Amino acid sequence: MASSDTAGQQHPLGIYYQIWILLFVVSAFSYAVDYFDVQGAMRWTLVIIFMLVKAGFIIAIFMHAFWERLALCLTILGPPGVLLLLIGFMAVEGNYTESARFDYMGHDRDAVALTPAEYHASLAEEHGAEGAAAEAH
Amino acid sequence: MSEAAATSVAPAEGVTGLVDDWTADKQAYHVPWGKAMMWIFLVSDTFIFTCFLTGYLNVRMTTTQPWPPQSEIFSLSMFGAPVPLLLIAIMTMVLITSSGTMALAVNYGYRGDKKKTMWLMTATAVLGATFVGMQAFEWSKLILEENVRPWGNPFGAPQFGSVFFMVTGFHGLHVSAGVIYLLWVVRRIWAGYYDKKGFEIVEITGLYWHFVDLVWVFIFAFFYLL
Repeated sequence: MASSDTAGQQHPLGIYYQIWILLFVVSAFSYAVDYFDVQGAMRWTLVIIFMLVKAGFIIAIFMHAFWERLALCLTILGPPGVLLLLIGFMAVEGNYTESARFDYMGHDRDAVALTPAEYHASLAEEHGAEGAAAEAH
Repeated sequence: MSEAAATSVAPAEGVTGLVDDWTADKQAYHVPWGKAMMWIFLVSDTFIFTCFLTGYLNVRMTTTQPWPPQSEIFSLSMFGAPVPLLLIAIMTMVLITSSGTMALAVNYGYRGDKKKTMWLMTATAVLGATFVGMQAFEWSKLILEENVRPWGNPFGAPQFGSVFFMVTGFHGLHVSAGVIYLLWVVRRIWAGYYDKKGFEIVEITGLYWHFVDLVWVFIFAFFYLL
C-alpha cells in the first residue's frame, strides 16, 4: 500500500479499463448462475464469491483504497467489519425463530410459493368463472 | 492539500505510519478534508444499508411462508419466451458502465482535462438516470401487473414486498441524489469554480458514485440472486 501524495490519486488509465472489463465479466458470471439455474450450495458459493470479487475491486481500485494510507483504510473498513458480528447473531437468532415456528407453532414446512405464471393463470380462471356466472344469470 | 504539503518529512508506511497518523497532534488523515468527510459519510451509509440487508436476512430466515421466486418475478419476455432477471442484469451493466465513466472522469480531472472530465461526468449522470428510469419501470410492473405491495403479494411471504420496496427504493434514492450531485459539480467545473482549488471534488463525487454501485453489487447478490 503506497501513500497518496499531495497531487491526489493519479494512476495510469489502463488499470481502470482492466477493472472495468473485469467487473463486466464477473457480473456476467453471476448472471449466468441464475440463467443456467445453478441451485443449492453451489449457487450460494458462486454468487458470494463473485459479489466479493466485484466489491473488492470497486473499493480497492475505483475508490482508490489500495493506494490510501493504512490510517484511512482501517477507518473505513474496520467499523463495517464489526457488522459481520451483527449479521452472525441475527442469523443464529433467525434460525432459532424459524425452527420454533415449525416445531411448536405448527407452521407448514412444505408450503410452496406461487410462480407468476400460476398466479396469472389463476386470475384468468377466476375472470373466466365470473364471466360464465354472469352469463348464467 | 496545503496542509499535507506542509509536512516536510515523508510520512512512515505500514503500521508505524498508522500509529503516527492516529496519534498525530494535528491531522490523522493525509487527504483533503472533503475526501475524509465523504469517506466518513459513506461508512455511516454502509451501516444503514447493512441494517436493511440484515433485517432482510432475519425476516427471510424467520418467515415460514415460502419466499417468492425472484428469478421468475423479475423476468422479462423476449421473443415470446421469458428471460430470467433480464432487466436486473441490464440495470447492473448500466451501473457498472457508469462506474467506469466516473473512474475515467476522476483520472482526467487530475490531469486537468476539464472538457473530458465534464463529458464523462455527464455520461455518468445520464447512465444513472437511465438506471432510475429502468427501476421505475420495474416498480410499476411489480405493482400493477404482479400486485406486489409492501404488506403482501400473491406469491408467498409478504415480507418480500416490504424488503423490495424499502431496499431498492433507498438505493434508487441514492442514485437519484447522485445524478443531481454529479450535474451540480459539472456545472461548477464548467463555471471555473475549481480551476484554482484543484479537482479533488471529482474524486470525492466519484467515491459517492462508486459506493452506490457497490451497494447494488450486494443487493443484486442477496436480493435478486439468492
